Amino acid sequence: MLLVFGLLVIGSMSSIFISRKEPDKDYSELRQRIQSWWWMIAILFACLSLGTTYAISLFALISFLALKEFLSIVPSRQSDRRVIFWAYAAIPVQYYLVSIQWYGLFIIFIPIYIFLFLPMRMVLIGETKGFIKAAGVMHWAVMLTVFCLSHIAYLLVLPEKNSAAGNIGLVIFLLFMTQFNDVSQYIWGKALGKHPIIPKVSPNKTWEGFLGGMFTITLASAFVGPYLTPLSLELSLLAGLLINVFGFIGDVVISSVKRDLEIKDSGQLIPGHGGILDRFDSLIFTAPLFFHYLYYVAY
Amino acid sequence: MWLINMPVPGKYKLLKVIFFALLVKPLVFIVIGLNIRGRNNLPKNGPAIIAANHNSHLDTLVLMSLYPLKQLHKLRPVAAADYFLSNKYRAWFALNIIGIIPIERQRRVSKTELFSGCHEALDNEAILIIFPEGSRGKPEQISSIKKGLFHIAHDRKKTSITPVLMHGLGKTLPRGEALFVPFNCDVVIAPPMADFQTANEFVSQLGSCYEELKTYCITLRN
Repeated sequence: MLLVFGLLVIGSMSSIFISRKEPDKDYSELRQRIQSWWWMIAILFACLSLGTTYAISLFALISFLALKEFLSIVPSRQSDRRVIFWAYAAIPVQYYLVSIQWYGLFIIFIPIYIFLFLPMRMVLIGETKGFIKAAGVMHWAVMLTVFCLSHIAYLLVLPEKNSAAGNIGLVIFLLFMTQFNDVSQYIWGKALGKHPIIPKVSPNKTWEGFLGGMFTITLASAFVGPYLTPLSLELSLLAGLLINVFGFIGDVVISSVKRDLEIKDSGQLIPGHGGILDRFDSLIFTAPLFFHYLYYVAY
Repeated sequence: MWLINMPVPGKYKLLKVIFFALLVKPLVFIVIGLNIRGRNNLPKNGPAIIAANHNSHLDTLVLMSLYPLKQLHKLRPVAAADYFLSNKYRAWFALNIIGIIPIERQRRVSKTELFSGCHEALDNEAILIIFPEGSRGKPEQISSIKKGLFHIAHDRKKTSITPVLMHGLGKTLPRGEALFVPFNCDVVIAPPMADFQTANEFVSQLGSCYEELKTYCITLRN
């Protein structure tokens, strides 16, 4: 726990240091960005230390904000309001299942029950024009923002295997490595980037950034993993690789959504960062994949 | 219609501040969530008029939430008397907590009489919130702009008119629906309108301004 906090402080201090070195033009946005980082870290730590219920509620709130943002930027039909209401209603149920550790239902509630319930509710309203697209959009939104993100919360209620770090260690490992991956890919790309990796979606993403991030994250994970998780050094290294690759993919998937809609940010919730989807894009992919990797190798 | 004594200004000031601080602002900023563009264009002092499009009862609450609690009492939404004063409780709430200026839509009265409340408030440096479409209309559509606002403003050279476009609330709580389903709301604020001579000029200027503001909405993509 202490180690993690130390790492976070070092991370934030170095970013403040970088901001001082930056030329004047970027200063205000970068400062806003770092200020928001502090807020996010403070809220996360406060909820984690208050107890599991608070932490689960925080992730439920994040799912709500992300789902709302997704359904606001992606066009939906006026007649889908009442269906979307039920999509929101899935959030408390899903997180309640987390809190009572009912894994069996947690893992099928959205992919099966919500998946089948939403089109049923749509049929009762009876608007068939645009039906396929609307059903697809709503289910995809709930899967990404509720089902995928709720895996972070489930890490907190797994049986404790690393008593020194507890289950909080798992959450911190996942969140920290995913966010650190975004940052290190960005820094490596800025420093060395030449060869674009998917120019059609994200012209600023380069092979150099991606591979540099991979190097940094696998190494950092191998070092930190054994302290924070029940994983050995080798397995932590693999976890880092997984977070690196799928963090990148999550990022470009949400970028493609925004590019399709011709918008830059998905919202304005987090000053300097954009919307909540802009910040949680990589986690949408890394959370379930890290969870199931861990669940398979360690439980 | 109930006979209502006009409220004593500031009588329920504390209640109003508590209502906005504990209920309206969390509702607007967390449950709904705003994407604001052009915040600096909001008039800081009266006399001024905010001319917003109208799709939902939430429009007024969102616009009022853009201001700090200290300035709440300066904001005066202009609202239909036939609707908001139609029963005792709604009337008390609209007049004392929201602080509306009721306006007669149905009875034929002279313009001077009709807008006397607006002029009085503007003389006291209020910021008026006016929905020039006159009613909420169909969800997420701008209906025809009425000329009433022109008649209020055209004799008052000092009063600026700031057009504001909101998008999203017509989905969150449209007319005739009681079920609240949250969506993010775009709020785009334009600089004050340029001079206009005739009512038609005013209407077309405001209409094209709304059309331009639409391009800044991130929740309005097809």
